[in-house]
Amino acid sequence: MGVAKYIKDERGAIKEVIYQSGIKVKPAYGPEDLEKAGFTYEKDLGAPGEYPFTRSLHPQSYRSRAWTTRQYTGFGTPEETNERFKLMIANGQNGLNVAFDLPTQMGYDSDHPLAEGEVGRVGMAIDSLKDFETAFAGIPLDRIGSGLTINAVATIMMAMYQAVAEKLGYSKTQISTTPQNDILKEMIGRGAWIFPVEHGVRLVGDSIEYAVKELPKSNPVSLCGYHIRESGATPAQEIAYAFEIAKAYIDNVTQRGIKPEDFVGRFSFNFNVYGNLWEQIAKFRAARKLWAKMLKNEYGVTEKKKLFLRGLFGGGGSGLTKEQPENNIMRGAYYALGAALSGAQTTALCSFDEAYTIPTPRSALLSLRTLEMLMDEVGLRDTVDPLAGSYFIESLTLEMEEKILEEMKEVQKWGGMVKSISNGFIQRKVSRQAYEFEKGLQSGEYKKVGLNPESKDAMAEKTDVELHEYNEEWAIKSKANLKELRATRNDKEVTSSLKALEKAAKGSDNVMPHLVKCCHAYATVGEMAGVFRDAFGEWDEPEFY
Amino acid sequence: METKNKIRVLIAKPGLDGHDKGAKIVALALRDAGYEVIYSGLHQTLDQIMQTAIQEAVDVIGLSIMSGAHLPICEKLINMMKEQGLFDVYLTVGGVIPHQDIPRLKEMGVAEVFPGGTSFEGITTGMNKLFK
Repeated sequence: MGVAKYIKDERGAIKEVIYQSGIKVKPAYGPEDLEKAGFTYEKDLGAPGEYPFTRSLHPQSYRSRAWTTRQYTGFGTPEETNERFKLMIANGQNGLNVAFDLPTQMGYDSDHPLAEGEVGRVGMAIDSLKDFETAFAGIPLDRIGSGLTINAVATIMMAMYQAVAEKLGYSKTQISTTPQNDILKEMIGRGAWIFPVEHGVRLVGDSIEYAVKELPKSNPVSLCGYHIRESGATPAQEIAYAFEIAKAYIDNVTQRGIKPEDFVGRFSFNFNVYGNLWEQIAKFRAARKLWAKMLKNEYGVTEKKKLFLRGLFGGGGSGLTKEQPENNIMRGAYYALGAALSGAQTTALCSFDEAYTIPTPRSALLSLRTLEMLMDEVGLRDTVDPLAGSYFIESLTLEMEEKILEEMKEVQKWGGMVKSISNGFIQRKVSRQAYEFEKGLQSGEYKKVGLNPESKDAMAEKTDVELHEYNEEWAIKSKANLKELRATRNDKEVTSSLKALEKAAKGSDNVMPHLVKCCHAYATVGEMAGVFRDAFGEWDEPEFY
Repeated sequence: METKNKIRVLIAKPGLDGHDKGAKIVALALRDAGYEVIYSGLHQTLDQIMQTAIQEAVDVIGLSIMSGAHLPICEKLINMMKEQGLFDVYLTVGGVIPHQDIPRLKEMGVAEVFPGGTSFEGITTGMNKLFK
């Protein structure tokens, strides 16, 4: 996908620059631009670590602590994934970011007919607590936090994480997990949804309520503008839609009599880094500021730390090209630079071979090294928010703020996020944009090195990439494990815990404590999700055009 | 296009993968190029795809597959199409398809393969060729 529109005159000089969010960039900026916009230091920036946190969440930022790196990892059986986890930790990674295969994400066991050919393919296959015991063996769960990339059945995986921790000798108060658990964004992009909108939102609400009460160090939701952007949203929409989705979850939880102050501090975000460098930096700075302002003014949140927009700024998948794949190594480094210049707390980088398949160990380590270079060699830890005060960056940040607010207003005009997704407004808009961007890319209106005719290289087309390979053995092994599990577990416990879960799902009790019991009884993911399927039904996706 | 009536295409997403941007933008591109496009929606079984293809009397089924499982999926669908007598319906496939798999797909009877990176023009040219 292209980054910005450059309109040139007949001699090739740039006449106009228009960013994807719709912002026109001037040839030069000066003090008059900030003056015209009414910019003041106190109102718009504040000192690092001070409201509205445009500059940084912490006064010393990377000086006190470099960013946390969390490469997305997981494939095959829990054994393979456990090995890769240990490799990444031994190489300095300080948090996990767990990938699940599609059957697990969609709540099917490895022996379900729909799982055929998919077991262990794009992430690890998890059927029961047994698999988590293998995957997390030897990982210090009191020190290493885990992001769990799962949404429709995030409640199940969060319960399973608690169960595995307890099994391995940790208490639920020691562990830190961040399930992705953002079902509304799955309905806009990525597509791993199961249940109808209102039930999906209820499950998110249940997990937040439970985390507030039982899991003090866990962050129950990671709001993913990331995938919305990957589906064709502009950077301004990426932030705006994530915030409107957050509001939908906040509404669900406050209806349970819990104050925003008590849970919004547990939200984290996942945003994308590909695209125009300056636009991304302005996006992150504006987002930190807007989130804090919104929580303070609209939800009465007062405690400073609870106003933080915390999260992972990284990835960049849609920016990668299949053509000339090695170019993606350099491309990723620039994306990571943008994240570092934006003060990303946590980061991860798509690996150069991800336009083909999931990364090899070599390419995953290359990404990790790229991130380390920025912190240890290039100088990104030297001083906080080094671009602050730039006439251009501050003007752009203000304009980005306006654009984000405009996009949020549009969603509100449509009746809020739940409604806008239920009737397909957002999906249609984003798909249409993706189509227009793609057309622009193919016509050369947007430039992409390696894709445009002038950078096509006949030699590079033939480059072989060493690829991660799918192994049919994984499915055979998973199915065998599952068969053994079903034969050896205590059926009575399984049945009674699933019954209790069914009652909670059909009523209004929080499903989380019941899920933890089901996990401990070795009920399978497919069985637990099956209870939800029966209770909630499945979503009927609206027409997209 | 040389035929008088609009050519009917079913763009379908088989399996559990939910990455539908490619399928959706190809659907939009084909519609702009004059085709009648039906989109299956996500998480379709091959049976569901067959059913829609028959009900909608389509001329082409266009599968979008990102998961790497294109060989077994296409083989299965081709057999189902033969069993159901859909001899005049073309099967095409797009998505993350390595070049070395294209000959095998064609051998089993896939009419056109559009790996990621194929331009809209490349897709419509390939499709139009089928109806000359």
